[in-house]
Amino acid sequence: MVKTVSGQPGGSPAGLRPRPKNQAGSRNPAGRVFGSGPAGQYTARERTAALIRRRHLAPYILLLPSMLAIGALVLWPAVQIGLFSFQSYGLPQVTGAAATDWIGAGNYTAILSDPEFWLSLRISLIFAAVVVPLTLLTGTLVGLLLNRLGRRMATFVSGAALLAWATPAVSASVIFVWLADPDGGVVDWTLSRLPHWLGGGAHWASFSWTNSALPAYTLLTVLLLWQGFPFIAVTVLAGLKTVPAELHESARVDGAGPWRIFWRVTYPLLKPIFLVLLLLSVIWDFGVFTQVYIVIGELGNRDEYNLGIYAYDRAFTQPPSYGAASALAFILTVVLLIITVGYVRASIKQGAIN
Amino acid sequence: MTSTQWTRVRSRRLRRAGLNGLGLLVALVTLFPIFWMVSTAFKPATEIYSLTPHPLPAHPTLANFRTVIDGSVIGIPYWNFLKNSLFVTLVSVAASSLIAMLAAIALARFRFRFRTSYLIMLLIVQMLPQQALVIALFLDFRRLSLLDSLVGLIGVYTAFALPVTIWMLRNFVATVPRELEQAAAIDGAGPLRVFWRILLPLTAPGLVATSVFAFIFAWNEFVFALTFLGTDTAKYTLPIYVQYFYGRGSVDWGGIMAASTLFTIPVMVFFLIVQRRMVNGLVAGAVKG
Repeated sequence: MVKTVSGQPGGSPAGLRPRPKNQAGSRNPAGRVFGSGPAGQYTARERTAALIRRRHLAPYILLLPSMLAIGALVLWPAVQIGLFSFQSYGLPQVTGAAATDWIGAGNYTAILSDPEFWLSLRISLIFAAVVVPLTLLTGTLVGLLLNRLGRRMATFVSGAALLAWATPAVSASVIFVWLADPDGGVVDWTLSRLPHWLGGGAHWASFSWTNSALPAYTLLTVLLLWQGFPFIAVTVLAGLKTVPAELHESARVDGAGPWRIFWRVTYPLLKPIFLVLLLLSVIWDFGVFTQVYIVIGELGNRDEYNLGIYAYDRAFTQPPSYGAASALAFILTVVLLIITVGYVRASIKQGAIN
Repeated sequence: MTSTQWTRVRSRRLRRAGLNGLGLLVALVTLFPIFWMVSTAFKPATEIYSLTPHPLPAHPTLANFRTVIDGSVIGIPYWNFLKNSLFVTLVSVAASSLIAMLAAIALARFRFRFRTSYLIMLLIVQMLPQQALVIALFLDFRRLSLLDSLVGLIGVYTAFALPVTIWMLRNFVATVPRELEQAAAIDGAGPLRVFWRILLPLTAPGLVATSVFAFIFAWNEFVFALTFLGTDTAKYTLPIYVQYFYGRGSVDWGGIMAASTLFTIPVMVFFLIVQRRMVNGLVAGAVKG
């Protein structure tokens, strides 16, 4: 309970003149007029409340904690990455043995002539270019299937998809590495027993999927497809539910097949959703870290790095070069931000910001 | 019935059977990796490394779970890592829910300058790559002696969960009719009372959904924990523990699958409990307004 005005210097002594009830509490915002009467009549707390109301400060005060947390732990590090990328930043700078060493664009010019950077960038780009369409296609097909299944079957299939979606990245990665293990893994066992015309054969026995880039990223493609299609399927299904059934019905009556119905009716209506899903998938698959880190067996084999892993390696493999790592991280961030701008614009178009 | 009608009925049944078969196939393929994890966790070593893998353990055993729980491989029992994960997750969920609630009220109930900018900022921040930011955060935390500390991790998890939780909660707060709050205010209820008696109960389902999101994020998080908890094994959270277990050279797949099962099941249970809200919330947060 906030103290009442009486009893304060300048007011009448407590108990002599009981205040009317609706004025007793500054808890009642509607029942009070601030700024009337001599200033001394109000406690500091009431004056603050009046200031907040007069200046419309309430929303800013409510936003302050989130602003501080995001500012200090997300935005400031992003700015720092930019700053570090123009410095030579190694162990001497960390321990304080050497001062801050600005080297201009030195890290960037070094990166441009670094074959390992180009390799990692190529891997990131090709991987996203393969996994994104594959995930979108599979997710959309499963979404369309879910929409046509009976209630019980749809629940079963979407339940299975949800479990794949719910599997943490670390668990999913170790499961897939185990499935593709050269000693006792079920993938090599199956492939070595498949008939020759299906690509099988004895040469698959004890085949290692993680020791070089192509097999490792093939495994990662299946892994990310498995983890990624449920979100697409569920989102597409939610979009399909908003399409009026009469539209499909009348198209069918007019003699359109399923292929034509999808491209002429469903796709145009769900286009905004597809755009958002496409951009989100690109952001996720271009920036994938955890799964790659585990499948390629931690750091060490630079032929298997994508851009994010390469940046991380330069920062955390001895001797650390935080400047070069920051430049790589900054390039990664800028690429993702460019895609994010598209995502934000698509979201605004959809009316997400109002 | 004429014969053409019969053919139509039969072809519809055939199509239905085909669709169901396809659905069944999709579900089984999707479930297979999870099934294989659980099945391996219950197999004795001789069956795990046998030349012919069998889907189900012929002689189910709890030995793998026992090695994980009493920590005979790493030297630290599972409970230690579970405790770390629970501590980090629960504290960061509580903190981010509280902070997100305040921000959601501001964004759903007030019109002010920078409101749209703030919303767009949240969308962008959500997409910043964590493996990039972790480099700067590592150096900051090193200076602040927050490395090898669960407290630093809690701060990062709280901040990184905020963009999505604020977005989700904002949508839930916006669905509460403003008239209810105004009526309570006219009856003499102060802002805090309006919050406790009206807004909080009515947004409780939304708060549950957001908390589950923040829980799953913190429970699963890998990059920050890997980087900040580098040297002190006893401080590891569960994802780093599973990864450490796996990266130890001589690989004990039975143990890893048992550890991974114990780590995964809570998330799955959570997911299934709130699946509808989760989907709606994510779609609402990521796609629609």
